[in-house]
Amino acid sequence: MARKLPAKDVVIIGLGWTGSLLAEELTAAGLDVVAIERGPWRDTSTDYPTTIDQDELRFGIRLDLFLRPAQETFTFRNNLSQTALPIRQFGSFLPGNGVGGAGVHWNGQTWRFAATDYKLKSHLTERYGAKFLPEDMTIEDWGVSYEELEPFFDRFEHIAGVSGKAGNIQGRKIDGGNIFEDPRQRDYPLPPLDPSYAMTLFDAAAKGMGYHPFPRPGANASRPYTNPLGVTMGPCTYCGFCERFGCGNYSKGTPQTNVLPVLMRRKNFEVRTLCEVLHINKDPAGGRASGVTYVDAHGEEYEQPADIVLVCAYGLHNVRLLLLSGIGQPYDPATGQGVVGRNYAYQSASGARLFFDDKRFNPFIGTGVLGQSMDDFNGDNFDHGPHGFVGGAGISCASTHGRPIATSATRAPGAGRWGMSWKSQVASTYQNTTGISGQGSVYSYRDCYLDLDPTYTDRFGRPLMRMTFDWHDNERKMTNFIAERCTEIAKAMNPKSVQTNRLSEHYSVVPYQSTHNTGGATMGDNPKTSVVNKYLQHWDAHNVFVVGASAFQHNAGYNPTGTVGALALWAADAIKNRYLKNPGPLVQA
Amino acid sequence: MHPIMRGFIRTAVFAAGLSATAALAQHPQDYEAIERGRALVTAGDCVACHTPIGSDKPFSGGRAIETPFGNILSPNITPDRATGIGAWSDEEFVRAMQKGVGREGEHLFPAFPYTAYTKVTRDDLLAMRTYLKTLEPVSNAVEPNQLPFPFNMRFLQFFWKTLFFTPGEYKPDPEKTAEWNRGAYLVEGLGHCASCHTGKNLLGGDKSAAFQGGALQNWFAPNLTADERVGIGAWSQDELVEYLKTGHTARSAASGPMSEVVEFQTSQMSDGDLKAMAIYLKDMAAAPNKAPTPLSPDTAAMKAGAALYMDNCQACHMSKGEGVEKLFPRLAGSAVVQSDDPATLLRMVLQGARSVATDAAPTGPAMPAFDWKLTDAQIAAVITYVRNSWGNAAGGIDAGRVAKMREPLAKE
Repeated sequence: MARKLPAKDVVIIGLGWTGSLLAEELTAAGLDVVAIERGPWRDTSTDYPTTIDQDELRFGIRLDLFLRPAQETFTFRNNLSQTALPIRQFGSFLPGNGVGGAGVHWNGQTWRFAATDYKLKSHLTERYGAKFLPEDMTIEDWGVSYEELEPFFDRFEHIAGVSGKAGNIQGRKIDGGNIFEDPRQRDYPLPPLDPSYAMTLFDAAAKGMGYHPFPRPGANASRPYTNPLGVTMGPCTYCGFCERFGCGNYSKGTPQTNVLPVLMRRKNFEVRTLCEVLHINKDPAGGRASGVTYVDAHGEEYEQPADIVLVCAYGLHNVRLLLLSGIGQPYDPATGQGVVGRNYAYQSASGARLFFDDKRFNPFIGTGVLGQSMDDFNGDNFDHGPHGFVGGAGISCASTHGRPIATSATRAPGAGRWGMSWKSQVASTYQNTTGISGQGSVYSYRDCYLDLDPTYTDRFGRPLMRMTFDWHDNERKMTNFIAERCTEIAKAMNPKSVQTNRLSEHYSVVPYQSTHNTGGATMGDNPKTSVVNKYLQHWDAHNVFVVGASAFQHNAGYNPTGTVGALALWAADAIKNRYLKNPGPLVQA
Repeated sequence: MHPIMRGFIRTAVFAAGLSATAALAQHPQDYEAIERGRALVTAGDCVACHTPIGSDKPFSGGRAIETPFGNILSPNITPDRATGIGAWSDEEFVRAMQKGVGREGEHLFPAFPYTAYTKVTRDDLLAMRTYLKTLEPVSNAVEPNQLPFPFNMRFLQFFWKTLFFTPGEYKPDPEKTAEWNRGAYLVEGLGHCASCHTGKNLLGGDKSAAFQGGALQNWFAPNLTADERVGIGAWSQDELVEYLKTGHTARSAASGPMSEVVEFQTSQMSDGDLKAMAIYLKDMAAAPNKAPTPLSPDTAAMKAGAALYMDNCQACHMSKGEGVEKLFPRLAGSAVVQSDDPATLLRMVLQGARSVATDAAPTGPAMPAFDWKLTDAQIAAVITYVRNSWGNAAGGIDAGRVAKMREPLAKE
């Protein structure tokens, strides 16, 4: 029997980027907020100071900061005819764990999804006709517009300390920035990072082909910076230990560096770590939740009542909590009815690897964000009519790291997998290879979804969540197209040889690809095709807000965190300025 | 106007300000007196010593105050009648603060800085007393005297006082401005800055060279005089105010015992009082203190130190020791780095330190510990390097000094 605790104004499930942003906004508005976090407390100087943060074996290979499958995992299958099996070692994606969540160990790339993404279905239908889209593609409009989100993108970029160069300020296009981006009210808070040698080669080649490269934006501070909350970032040292690592130099935008120092000083905020929410409790009267039930590190169960429940875990975990709590109708791919678990999507990757024999790239000089990108083939920035597919990819030449264990897996053409043949080329390959990668969109399909597994359970006896996903022809065509474009640019850079990387035949959860899982608790203007409304408020429980990439109706050719941060601040604004004045549905179904 | 006349007028205003509030301190429910008392208790940093670390019962006593002679536990100063000071008369309170005499007439140990508090006016003391009476009484019996024989003999304090204690309220200097006098009153009196920043002799009395830095608890509290190398001569008045208010400037970050001072005391004080303190501090003449010649960069220790610095330090403190404002202290020109006594620098490198977090500078960045990562010889080399680079000049230290510092830190 759970012990019932005194009620709070707000309970937040998960204290990563979205949880800390919402907590900061709502405690500043005077609400009494408690965050329930499954993982441990994490702090820059205690958990990843500069004396230990560049330990590749501990953090990069043994994944010290990540979720363990024993805590929670998923079952996976490629299609409905298969029996899903549990993921016993995370591979293709790596969920975070602990205070700060994946915000601790991300690279920092901070993009805005394009204006067309929030109205993707109506935009593509209008431009190409409904028949141009595959029959089983289930993309939807998001119910929100870029114009509505712009101030919150701006605020997130200023909180996270994003370095970059604007390409469109209030409609004025700026050379050297991303001219395809939608209008922004002002430039990034920090100038771009200094380019690497590989980036300058890519930049020249891409410009020579008529493309529009620009330094990609992200939360690695190019200069010392104090954000609007008053916390300070140190300048990035280009050490090359961002993704999978914490930043000991206070240079990467993270909840720890950019929000928590302010939040933790607030007397109306509390975080309970090593406490896992079992389920959200439905109010017996209906139409709302009464709070959450969680279990602490000693196995004691508690009920935490609250007026508002913010579901701020990793996107996949948000969906599972809704399914476990019975809030919203689960999606059924056979009938197409139901919404929770619908429109799960992922990220596609393709590109080219370049081998030179007369270059030294010094890859150990790098940052998670450092790269030159181009959006000429992203989203709907080009006419898809002749190509027979929709979607696209951001194309980048990046210098994220030169970590010894990870880079030793890269082999020159003809080199062996082991022994002398492998050894003799490691040193030269380390210095003379670079890559061009396309990070592509994945649109949503009727048979790609999330539900509760019928067989496997977690340590509390709760069903694991089952993922059903595979690539579809539209994405195969798109990534092939992108791979060709990457290869053309690569050749223009005059390497000795080029390897083209294409999408695998079927999606596999084994090799690492991307942690950009999206959808399952999608946002929209129709309760039959979305879980939450445009304010991320649950259609069936007005005091439950589900925040994260779970709200995406599809995945675009961008990293998700910028859009996730903007949506979190947008939801915070709606709660403060709309919901508190009149608690109830903010949009009538 | 003649400067002396101007000084007299300002002093008169200063004194009038005191007497105007005199009557207010008497009424136990007087809001203004309570608030004035609260501000004075903050300026005295009473809470730091009188609250056990991590306790949610402020002023309830029992925190161990380390002295070279042994530990003294701070008494309970909440209004609890049995175990606190609730049964004390106002006169007994004033006598304790100004004369270092307890309720039973016993001599108090000077870990309680009555040597400074004696300068506080009777009127201010009564306001403090008014505020302390409003605290929640906490029952917590404390026996302060934990000293070993013979230091535990209170009558010996009589002789100590004869040697080292000059009682008496602060007398404004008519030559100086009211602001300067206010600063002096706070620095010399309630602020009790000399408790740490003035060196102590073998008997624990102040050395005659005031504010030239002092060693305590294996820290070294730096020189506060105008010396440009080891003091605050290069600091502007605004920088001092910013440091006291936020704990962080482009130069420095408060950590160790000073982080408590900033957290509980100076960051809570009014801008006017901080400015007054800065004016007074900036007016302190430096003692003649000849800078040594910096070591040649060609010595083996300096070369090794330079390489160690590049690998371990420059990511934060930057390649020329310039640091990062509000985050990583500047090492070039730093008094902590160049002080003759390297205790603070050694402790920082060995043990690391978290700087203070304040509302104005909430990050509270920390330096990691290197005791497990670098050998004594490596630490000696890198310290020698930072003490003699980028314009710094302070002589080297050897591995033996590092080893000597490890011992007390291991016991903490």
